[in-house]
Amino acid sequence: MSGPSFGIDLGTTNVCLAVARAENEPPATALVPQVVHEGEVAERPLLPSFLYLPGPAELKEGAIALPWDPDRTYVVGAFAREQGARIPSRLVASAKSWLSHAGVDRREAILPWGAPEEVEKVSPVGASARYLAHLREAWDHLHPDLPLAEQDLVLTVPASFDAVARELTVEAARAAGLERLTLLEEPQAALYAWVAAHPDWRKRLSVGDLILVCDIGGGTTDFSLIAVMEEEGALELRRVAVGDHILLGGDNMDLALTYALRARLQEKGQTIDDWQLRALVHSVRQAKEQLFADESLAAAPVVIPGRGSRLIGGTLRTELDRATLESVLLDGFFPRVDADARPETPRRVALTALGLPYAHDPAFTRHLAAFLGRHAASTASLPPGVHAEGRSFLHPTAILFNGGPTKAAPVRARILEVLESWIAAEGGRPPKVLEGGDPDLAVARGAAYYGLVRRGRGVRIRGGSARSYYVGIERAELAVPGVPPRVDAICIAPFGMEEGSEITLSEPLGLWVGEPASFRFFASSSRRDDEVGTAVDPAELEELPPIETTLEGEAGVAVPVRLRARLTEVGTLELFAVDAGGREWRLEFQIER
Amino acid sequence: MEEKRLGFWARLAMFFWLPWKILFGPRAAWRVREALRAPEVPEPAALPAPPKPPKPEPKKPSGEEALRLLAILQRDGRLVDFLMEDISAAPDDQVGAAARIVHEGCRKALAQYVTLRPLRPEREGETVTVPDGFDAAEIRLSGNVVGKPPYRGILAHPGWKAVEVRLPEVAPGLDATIVAPAEVEVA
Repeated sequence: MSGPSFGIDLGTTNVCLAVARAENEPPATALVPQVVHEGEVAERPLLPSFLYLPGPAELKEGAIALPWDPDRTYVVGAFAREQGARIPSRLVASAKSWLSHAGVDRREAILPWGAPEEVEKVSPVGASARYLAHLREAWDHLHPDLPLAEQDLVLTVPASFDAVARELTVEAARAAGLERLTLLEEPQAALYAWVAAHPDWRKRLSVGDLILVCDIGGGTTDFSLIAVMEEEGALELRRVAVGDHILLGGDNMDLALTYALRARLQEKGQTIDDWQLRALVHSVRQAKEQLFADESLAAAPVVIPGRGSRLIGGTLRTELDRATLESVLLDGFFPRVDADARPETPRRVALTALGLPYAHDPAFTRHLAAFLGRHAASTASLPPGVHAEGRSFLHPTAILFNGGPTKAAPVRARILEVLESWIAAEGGRPPKVLEGGDPDLAVARGAAYYGLVRRGRGVRIRGGSARSYYVGIERAELAVPGVPPRVDAICIAPFGMEEGSEITLSEPLGLWVGEPASFRFFASSSRRDDEVGTAVDPAELEELPPIETTLEGEAGVAVPVRLRARLTEVGTLELFAVDAGGREWRLEFQIER
Repeated sequence: MEEKRLGFWARLAMFFWLPWKILFGPRAAWRVREALRAPEVPEPAALPAPPKPPKPEPKKPSGEEALRLLAILQRDGRLVDFLMEDISAAPDDQVGAAARIVHEGCRKALAQYVTLRPLRPEREGETVTVPDGFDAAEIRLSGNVVGKPPYRGILAHPGWKAVEVRLPEVAPGLDATIVAPAEVEVA
């Protein structure tokens, strides 16, 4: 294989495409032509992950025309976000969070969530496919001689994406005409970007180092631990743990600051409508960045224009002072807590509104403590050199920040300070910071670099499956009326299962031919030591959508089959039922509800 | 310009072939007679001045691009709102707050669509030399201007030059005279 390698960061708020042409050359970000204002197409390095579905008369003809498709009926990118701010009911946002949300049918046209009947809705998979299709069309428009569909692609997903979300991501890419792809976890991509930017990385890390990748995006947060090990005399990287999917990010911080300032304006008797609130969010973000960039400033002005043509009389003015910034943002989202702190879980209420499962506890530091603490117990499966004995949590020795919010030096400093205090309390040494890299673009660049690495050049992070997976099998027991039969969860794919490998469950099952056979399906991100065939109480696991298949043939006959799991090179988990003759039936995720 | 006389050897050659040409070529003979009858061309005293380019007609602006820039500055920085408002009675702090909006938005738009740089690298207040043959469009002199350049003076303003203009291509159907659309919030 040769030719450039492409990395796509399919983010919750932005999509980014990077190209790596050679290993000694840093991967470059590609420009994406998109509609940026009404009737105006421009090239930008980021494609905002927003889809706008315009109504029949609201835009003039040609307003959303693209150079390669003058008759496009929907908009993706910067103008979708701008127009969606005016008419929110037609805007699809955070499609990626919906893609990983097991509470809804992700192939069903449900977005924009809660939109009126007349809006022609799309599915979470469909929306993601449109972002990727736009990326492909934009690239092909600028580079007709190098069609994206024929290139090697690496598409990043959060480390916390389970088998179903990964499968659906691949489905979206295929729907966008992108078939030649591999999945890569975002925190790993960030580390690859750091490695690509530091040819001397082997001197900066040593055996036994445990790198915490702290990836805080606009809407989601993802933690991963990657260990530095020695293999045949050379340094090796191994991803040892990933965190849960936390719907918490920089947008939450901006909103919190905005509400604090809105309350202040309201105290003065000034009212703020929805339009002004958006202007306030924008102005607050500017003020926050100003204060973070210049430590000597005590306050930064925040102004909100009135909506009417009277700018002077209609403008509201306030300011964001440093004390508010620190109390709301640093103490609110990054409180100084102890290492045994855990996120507060919500009080269960009888009726929970559907919608995205946003994190209830906004404290990143508590989520981090939970992540580091959870994996300390399973010392047996940790690679040599990583010590957990006598420690209540895994001590990272290095930290790599990624994502826009971590560009703020005070945010980085606070996370580091809290982490250092935990480690110091157990007598450890403070972690070093892996500097460098652009937190906005690193994931796409790292993914492009990984595409080259896969061809056999450069270091590769080994990881395998970040979860263990289980199928539910009913226990053969005497039936008791009113008591459902007990279900055992049998481990079918253990933690750390390598890409390209497959495992067959030795216990045979009888399946009826000609009718659908459905299994409950479970996963765990913390049960590292279960082996294939281990039976676990399903209550300890997270339930995923069931898996099902239909064995073709003469109905009414039971056939003995074994279950087989395969972790593909692409990065998806495939499950099969295999009969004695070696015939395979694929078990599909049954996400329809 | 070529020399309008012939040398000796060219004249000698002509002395032999021209009589034959006159004797057997009635048309050639007629052309020689006409040429000799014509009044001798006076030698030009000096090189003729190159034809003066016609004075450029002042360009009629279509206004479309100017309006587009105005629309951008209004969209991003509310410039037209600001300029069209009567600020004479408004207190300074309110004007200041509005100016921040205009400044932030217009500055960003300007950076996006036009690249500006000062014409002179020196800082304001520094002594500069204006050389002979300077471009009067780039440098405006004031004060005690006597004699010929070079002049020495103090840089009062370094000037601005638009190095690059990147106004966006716009869909053909859009009307440039609409600087800002009316906004209606549907209840």
